[in-house]
Amino acid sequence: MKPEYKIISDLIEKNAKVLDVGCDDGTLMEFLKTNKNVNIRGIEISKEKVQTCIAKGLTVIEGNAEFDLKQFPNDSFEYVVLGQTLQAFINPEIVIKELLRVGNRAIVTIPNFGHWKVRLNLLFKGTMPITNSLPHDWYNTPNIHMCTIKDFVKFSKIINFKIFKSLALINENVSDINNSNLIFKNLFGELGIFLIEK
Amino acid sequence: MSIKQNIKTLIVEKPLKLDCGQTINNFPLAYETYGSLNHEKDNAILVFHALTGDQFVTGINPVTKKDGWWSYAVGSGKSIDTDKYFVICANVIGGCMGSFGPSHENPKTKKIYGTDFPVITINDMVNAQINLLDFFGIKKLFSIVGGSMGGMQVLQFISNYPNKTKTAIPIACTSSHSAQNIAFNELGRQAIAADHNWSDGNYNLKNIVPDKGLAVARMAAHITYLSKKGLQEKFGRKLQERDDLKFGFDADFQIESYLRYQGSVFVDRFDANSYLYITRAMDYFDLVKQFNGNLSDAFKNTKAKFFIISFTSDWLYPTQENKDIVIALNAVGANVGFVEIESDKGHDSFLLNIPNFLKALKNFLDKSYAEKLS
Repeated sequence: MKPEYKIISDLIEKNAKVLDVGCDDGTLMEFLKTNKNVNIRGIEISKEKVQTCIAKGLTVIEGNAEFDLKQFPNDSFEYVVLGQTLQAFINPEIVIKELLRVGNRAIVTIPNFGHWKVRLNLLFKGTMPITNSLPHDWYNTPNIHMCTIKDFVKFSKIINFKIFKSLALINENVSDINNSNLIFKNLFGELGIFLIEK
Repeated sequence: MSIKQNIKTLIVEKPLKLDCGQTINNFPLAYETYGSLNHEKDNAILVFHALTGDQFVTGINPVTKKDGWWSYAVGSGKSIDTDKYFVICANVIGGCMGSFGPSHENPKTKKIYGTDFPVITINDMVNAQINLLDFFGIKKLFSIVGGSMGGMQVLQFISNYPNKTKTAIPIACTSSHSAQNIAFNELGRQAIAADHNWSDGNYNLKNIVPDKGLAVARMAAHITYLSKKGLQEKFGRKLQERDDLKFGFDADFQIESYLRYQGSVFVDRFDANSYLYITRAMDYFDLVKQFNGNLSDAFKNTKAKFFIISFTSDWLYPTQENKDIVIALNAVGANVGFVEIESDKGHDSFLLNIPNFLKALKNFLDKSYAEKLS
């Protein structure tokens, strides 16, 4: 289980209606079901992973978040979770807007491209960074829109959504991000976790 | 007929008002069951058959002596596990395996109905089958399952009886028959009508059958059940028991021979007038129109858990038409899962041994049953 799952779970109220976008093999869905008794649905693009979810008794729709969120009416869910996939979309702006249309709130996690290891990797090797959380080569990575924690905060002002809570994950420890420590968290945070609203 | 001895029949006494306006009562509904109903009566699954199916879902069909049409999916330890669930399937009204249909005698005229039989709809079919629940004392089914026209019945059933099932699995189907679907059905009907033996539907009186027309109808339909890739891989341009083309119109190619065979075996087991009536019922199916253009309204009163399955190479009821059902369900916040199964076997995939399909079906049913849904 990914270390951020516990953090995501802490951000969600009990018995809430939740959509997990890009739900993968359903590990987070199961975790939320057990811990928060949520009414949870998932969307997943991989047929194989949809099968895994079905085998776990989870309600999952095979689909692409970029096109298939359309089918949900406004405010269908209290929370919509998008875990480490924003960077893989052709148009992250549309995806964020869609998340906040179908959900009252969204929880978005992003692998931080501003992390010091990433920066050093590029600085000293002069090649596209490859780290534990970003294991692909530039030519086969699904991550076409990488951003940093700072970028995401900036993005919230540009496309106009509120960041209700922002957290950084450093060595499996979670800490708040605020204006005064943003530069520090942007350098050391491996993952940014944001609870956002319209 | 000795065949009839193997057919279980419920005589439905309650009047049923058909969509065409006529009312029928005391009509036979032929059915078969597999497995056993548990003490709580909460393990029943109603399976709906497709156009040319019947109530003999699995095991050896006592009439045709062949495997039941869904033997891959239904049986001991299979996806629809008869060790666990009580499976019920009825022959649709309009059919020819014992249920009230055009080959039955009209009590008023003492003659076989033929085309005097009332035109029936998918709605009429499910309204006839709901009587099976009372008959078995089942308050709520665990699931309703069906592919193709069976899937249409699943959708119609849940719209008519939103609280009569805990789960629903429409497979490879549509909420509204498309122009292309109607066109292929019309081709089949015209093939039957063009057979001189059909005699405006009165062939029974003359003791003949429009076998040529019915065989052509089946051949045309059979092509729509397969994919281009599947056909190409199985037959290609392979020749039938010959080394070279014969410069004639015999079946030179294996695909020709295969289709002719499919046509010929079909006429032995199916009634031409039933084929007309059932294809008509499919063509008239338009759940979107029944709910004034908003399919979601068909599902707004149900709490049932849905699982929708389509197949990549199915061009008769393509994935998008199945997804439209998912979209309509999501619009009313229904509990719906969806998967598209990779297969090059076309629409027929739901009847075949497609491991990913059978696995998904089994997992959905078994996990849902364990959940003890209300």
